[in-house]
Amino acid sequence: MVRTVLLALVLFGLWLLMSGVYKPLVIGLGAGSALAAACIVRRMARLDGYRAMEIFNPLRAFTYFLWLLKEIALSNIAVTKVILSGGATMRQNLFRVNNTQKTDLGAVVYANSITLTPGTLTVEIGPDHFWIHALAYDDSDIYALADMDAHITALEPRT
Amino acid sequence: MGLVADILSWACLIGGSFFTITGALGIVRLPDFWARLHASGVAESGGMILIILGLCLQAGWGLVTVKLIIIGIFLFITGPTSTHAIANAALVTGWRPKPGTGIEQKDTPPFYDVKEPTVRN
Repeated sequence: MVRTVLLALVLFGLWLLMSGVYKPLVIGLGAGSALAAACIVRRMARLDGYRAMEIFNPLRAFTYFLWLLKEIALSNIAVTKVILSGGATMRQNLFRVNNTQKTDLGAVVYANSITLTPGTLTVEIGPDHFWIHALAYDDSDIYALADMDAHITALEPRT
Repeated sequence: MGLVADILSWACLIGGSFFTITGALGIVRLPDFWARLHASGVAESGGMILIILGLCLQAGWGLVTVKLIIIGIFLFITGPTSTHAIANAALVTGWRPKPGTGIEQKDTPPFYDVKEPTVRN
């Protein structure tokens, strides 16, 4: 229930920020549609046992976001070097990486983080592993990905 | 604000433009489909973040900055998702990356029994 209220509040805040028109009618319409959307999401979440309504600890998520930005910067520079060399230092590989996340949100964040850092790309998703394509594969890539995996698993709520 | 913000924002905008142009160059220069996907990743992560950051610094405090940040969050999630969709579609239809020198694959990736398409590159 807390999560549904939180979702409605976030949606309403988003409406206020996006519209920029503060008349009673517009604000009322915004509140109504935020509530309706939250109710629909709650009904749909009941179908799959609330798997889609996981929340991360905001402070830890923010720390992870900063760490991810650093990783993105580093791998951007690495891929830029490969491109400027005309693909001479390219070493493509499609390999398997295990993931340890329990929640769907954790797995999505891991898969998207891998794709977001240039040079690695999630190609296929299995129940407990991903297939990753790397542009300039290095044997240490697996350890770097395991490190990222541990970071995201630490974000997940303990049960 | 003022001079410092201007210098920072132009540094971000120039850096972002550099990464976007590098990504475009990579899409033209790299030899095959899989490598080009990575080149587009440079433009959509590094280039996108730096350009939006630069524009935020230009806009100052206000609704415009909030909207820019919302656009940034949206692209942060949809960019990798669409790249994954393209890569997965390629794998399912039988496009295989060529393994680099000295790499032997321990286990076979899925969909490697699909016949490779005849039209390539």
